[in-house]
Amino acid sequence: MNDLLREHAPISAQAWEQIDAEAKRTLEVLLAARRLVDFKGPLGWQAAAIPTGRSEVLAAPPQEGVTARIRHVQPLVEIRIPFELSRAELEAIGRGAADPDLTPVRNAARLAAIAEDRAIFQGYAAARIEGIFAASRSYGLTIPDQYERYPDVVAEATHRLRSEGVGGPYGIALGPRCYTGLTRSTDRGYPIIDHVRQLIDGPIVWAPAADGAIVMSLRGGDFELTVGQDFSIGYLDHTSTSVLLYIQESFTFRVLAPEAAVPLVYATAAQAT
Amino acid sequence: MSDNSAGLHENPEHLQPETIDRHRAIVSIMEELEAIDWYDQRVDATNDPELKAILAHNRDEEKEHAAMTLEWLRRHDAKLDEHLRTYLFTDKDVLEIEEQAEGGPKQGPAGDGSLGIGSLKNVKG
Repeated sequence: MNDLLREHAPISAQAWEQIDAEAKRTLEVLLAARRLVDFKGPLGWQAAAIPTGRSEVLAAPPQEGVTARIRHVQPLVEIRIPFELSRAELEAIGRGAADPDLTPVRNAARLAAIAEDRAIFQGYAAARIEGIFAASRSYGLTIPDQYERYPDVVAEATHRLRSEGVGGPYGIALGPRCYTGLTRSTDRGYPIIDHVRQLIDGPIVWAPAADGAIVMSLRGGDFELTVGQDFSIGYLDHTSTSVLLYIQESFTFRVLAPEAAVPLVYATAAQAT
Repeated sequence: MSDNSAGLHENPEHLQPETIDRHRAIVSIMEELEAIDWYDQRVDATNDPELKAILAHNRDEEKEHAAMTLEWLRRHDAKLDEHLRTYLFTDKDVLEIEEQAEGGPKQGPAGDGSLGIGSLKNVKG
């Protein structure tokens, strides 16, 4: 048994299978950044930090005549989302129910996916994660008012990447506002999103945690998601009527080459920065 | 095929050139390892200190030859490469490594808890 203590939960193997499958399905639909950035790991729950290769001289050496340097590391952050399931629903799975109510699993998985993506796109200062929007801010472009002009901005973004010597394939993460706007808009009957699709050779990714959009290179080596324990479900507690579980992950994220992304930001957000 | 690479069990006409090259390497590694074993025994057996030193030196050269040919074989055999990467230069119990490599220790009905999502790059949808 590992630290997730799953064996202590009053849950049958069949029900665990359904819970895991529901969480996995939801995460795979919602996780956006993992479609675009490099994935390193899983390094295991014990992994605490990754080396940055940087160090600094300590002002106070341990002994006269000695110089001391301390290594810089980037720590992994743990995220945990508790959720509660009805034991009656779990028992129903054992009786062959094809429609168990696993809404709490989906909700927790949704939160988990948004949390990881938000840290990657928007940053998470408390966990020492600088998001792609902030790291690549100086390469950014403003999103036009009319969606018909969106392909021009995407074309400009790919031009910027090429000018910086950043090769493709290029993908784009679209925040919910951009995605909805692009899928609903047409130019002389031709869907704008299809225009955008022709400009990039990588995926168009729906990214609910992104505010705006990011055109980025998928060549590799530019954006690194390091995972210690990948999304896992553990057991916390139970009563006679419910079981308390959680989804957990440990990870960190680094932008290794800020020039490999062009954030597209709304005019209001651009003015604020 | 000349005698010094004999040992094929099938008609060479039915074999791929790559298979015959790997056969050459495997036979060569076998010869080097056998020589190491023989030298080891002779080093133990001789009472002449100078001969003992020469035999030990020669034995260690055979180890280098074996390692070089094994590396060639690893580069030309993806499965061997996978296994060597799993087991070599580790310090854990070897059987424990095997258990982990083959899906982790036997789990109860609850599994190990990981949803196994990993990278979604190149995943459609």
